[in-house]
Amino acid sequence: MNVPEITAPIDRRAFLKFSALGGLVLGYYLKAGNLAHGEVAKPSTKLVDGAFVPNAFIQIAPNGKITIIAARPEIGQGIKTSLPMIVAEELGADWRDVTVESAPLNSIYGQQGAGGSTSTPNSWMPMRRVGATARTMLIEAAAEAWKVPASECYTENGAVHHRPSGRTAPFGELINRAAELPVPDEKSVALKDPKEFSLLGKRIGGVDNPQVVSGKALFGIDQKMPGMVYATYVKAPLFGAKVVEANVDQVKGLPGIRDAFVVNKTVGGLTGLVPGVAIVGDSTWSVFCARRQLKVTWQDGEHGSDSWAKFTQQADAAAKAGGKVDRSDGDVDAALKSAAKVIEANYHYPFISHTNLEPQNCTVHVKGDHAEVWAPIQNPGAGRRIAAEVLGLPEENIAFTITRSGGGFGRRLSADFVGEAAAIAQKVGVPVKLTWMREDDLQHDHYRPGGFHYLKGGVDAAGKLTAWQSHHVSFGSNLGPDDFPARFVPNYRLENTKLANGIPMGPWRAPGSCTYAFVICSFLDELAHAAGKDPVEFNLAVLGDRDLVPGTGPRGRPYNAARMRGVIEKVAAASGWGKKLPPGKGMGLGYYFSHQGYIAEVAEVTVSKEGSLIIDRVTAAIDVGSQIVNLSGAENQVQGSIIDGINAAWHQELDIRNGAVVQSNFHEYQMLRMPDSPRQIEIHFVKTDYPPTGLGEPALPPIAPAVANAVFAASGKRIRQFPFAQTDLRWS
Amino acid sequence: MNYTVNVNGQSRTVDVAPDTPLLWVLRDHLDLVGTKYGCGIGQCGACTVHLNGSPARACLTPISSVGRMAVTTIEGLDAPASHPLQQSWCELDVPQCGYCQAGQIMTAAALLKSNPHPSDDEIDGAMSGNLCRCATYFRIRAGIKRAAEIASTKGGAK
Repeated sequence: MNVPEITAPIDRRAFLKFSALGGLVLGYYLKAGNLAHGEVAKPSTKLVDGAFVPNAFIQIAPNGKITIIAARPEIGQGIKTSLPMIVAEELGADWRDVTVESAPLNSIYGQQGAGGSTSTPNSWMPMRRVGATARTMLIEAAAEAWKVPASECYTENGAVHHRPSGRTAPFGELINRAAELPVPDEKSVALKDPKEFSLLGKRIGGVDNPQVVSGKALFGIDQKMPGMVYATYVKAPLFGAKVVEANVDQVKGLPGIRDAFVVNKTVGGLTGLVPGVAIVGDSTWSVFCARRQLKVTWQDGEHGSDSWAKFTQQADAAAKAGGKVDRSDGDVDAALKSAAKVIEANYHYPFISHTNLEPQNCTVHVKGDHAEVWAPIQNPGAGRRIAAEVLGLPEENIAFTITRSGGGFGRRLSADFVGEAAAIAQKVGVPVKLTWMREDDLQHDHYRPGGFHYLKGGVDAAGKLTAWQSHHVSFGSNLGPDDFPARFVPNYRLENTKLANGIPMGPWRAPGSCTYAFVICSFLDELAHAAGKDPVEFNLAVLGDRDLVPGTGPRGRPYNAARMRGVIEKVAAASGWGKKLPPGKGMGLGYYFSHQGYIAEVAEVTVSKEGSLIIDRVTAAIDVGSQIVNLSGAENQVQGSIIDGINAAWHQELDIRNGAVVQSNFHEYQMLRMPDSPRQIEIHFVKTDYPPTGLGEPALPPIAPAVANAVFAASGKRIRQFPFAQTDLRWS
Repeated sequence: MNYTVNVNGQSRTVDVAPDTPLLWVLRDHLDLVGTKYGCGIGQCGACTVHLNGSPARACLTPISSVGRMAVTTIEGLDAPASHPLQQSWCELDVPQCGYCQAGQIMTAAALLKSNPHPSDDEIDGAMSGNLCRCATYFRIRAGIKRAAEIASTKGGAK
């Protein structure tokens, strides 16, 4: 459809209703309130003649069908279903009348990233207001028509109802009148009493499920357009190394190959566009095959001799030398000296990859001083920025389509693949789809950093935790001064060291927490056993009897110990904690606060005398506030997080040699498969009066320590490293 | 070279190199993109299709070896997309990102055909070649059991 642009601000009232003339839509609408930047935008939705569009997120057609815009990237977290549910709830829509449509990147929709489990908490009130604004206008329209007070009307199942008379009008009959009304200020519209929610909290299937199960859902890698060519991009094994020379002339002559060229550019550092060789051809297979003939001499670099073995030696040396003290409470040395029992233990874990099952990819078409981008990405803003920088174009000249993503896990917060596709598209001039091979993906990830933790802890004669000393040797960020159990141990010291390295790193699902929880909850379990205490009892005692524990300093993070005790008590009861189990079977507790969620998990495992591990059952208690948006989606995230956490902890490991990742594909990098995933997972949501928060990440960190602690209970074998498979679990 | 293959009941001709994997013929040449690329070495199962009804890795199947075998992709599993597995996947809200699910469903469809009521162990065994990075294994297992129920109430799996 040819839609004319309107650039000047327009009267709110006049354009709420679309009209059609000769098939052209004349009106546009502007969005309401705190989502607005005072700009007029083209709604992405296919405009229906005579539709009511009270804001950028909602279109109600005369036949009562409702389109709700999903603005954030769908990466498997279910946000394309859950955020529109919030709108539909406040609107009073019948969910069966709702169609959800994905938005392109446009500031009219506000923040459009997906990361840090922030979509739910950050969209909760805005999406409610979006729905409530439309509801208010529809009710006002009905009240006016019926000459009754608006306060006597409510919406339900796609209609306005008048409570005293029982009179009813479907939305479709009210939209003409509603469109004449002024748009209320969305900050002052009345929101529903959560007690009246009828859609939120229900199990609703993903809106794209029918397309997914029939192979029709289009991911980034599935994009195709007329005249499109295919590309691959070969980077140095040593991260960021430049091309010295490449046999591109020979490669250009291979069958199905149109072009091959060197890109010796770096834009955005190691996690942006890095140097490489592009090969462009008629099909994915032809460019993949041509790589076999490509010969490149890469420049060496200062990190060319880095290896995991070397990092391990450096970490041990750093532990002996001591690190930078980032927190010191009480007198740890004295407390350790006077402790009844002291435990010393070292924990470590390797680098691992995100391994999105859909390899990184991006399609770009450069047309003069404009460009179009299609990308599976969590951070489309970063994608548009790097495309603009690589192409030398203003951002507003780049139309950016956010496609469905075959997994996020933090990897797609980076936009390196967009930068690469842009650099290639600039040279070829026709639409080009860049597809990474799995080998590119595993060897050029932005990895979850490995780490080393050197710990000492002490308990007094009464079994109380009195001292905690920790030295974290890392590659990227370190434990922060407010990371648990800081503030819960009277004598506490945190030392940190960062090792120099040339490895690109990035957020991996529940960054930091996904490894720290294992170290901290496992060591707490060691101390509980040293103290002769039941781990649940010991950990509840560590949390103490304060409720909200304030953060340290202006940037400190408060910790709600009452919420954590709540989920620990719940999971203990629900899992049957303390029940008698035969030798070889055991239960373990893990708990962690991350991404605003308080979560405790108990694993029940079997360890055979030969050392094989089966995870029989996992029980989770979860406090993410007052309201679960989509119960099915929430449970899916928790189930997935638990199994993904086991996946990362049990087998995954990357080795580093000569500054490069050794493993290249799934035959060398083991992922968890169905037989190793637990047969039973029970989920209990503990509702509290706090605003709803996200579930993409926080259920992951507690599972690794829950399993490791259960293994100890079952076999007496203490696991102090990822992957678990490296620890001999045989017992007798 | 020209190859004529039978895909989802239709005869399709493509001009490609003999070693081109069926996966890329489907995706790049026949616009059947429901079959996914995950690893290219037969380790992840995202490219699973049926060859004469048996599950096969399209990434390891050169076009020159397909011959007259009937190729079935996710798009052709069931005309109205109402195979018991497609129904149960929607009913139990199995997918997360959805990228692996075509391969999962194709593998599971072959399992149910040979074993209409598989046990948990049989499901785990048959499905162990299919990776799900979102780790929806818990629901995939339940989805297969539910599909078996749906199929038996209809008088047999398709």
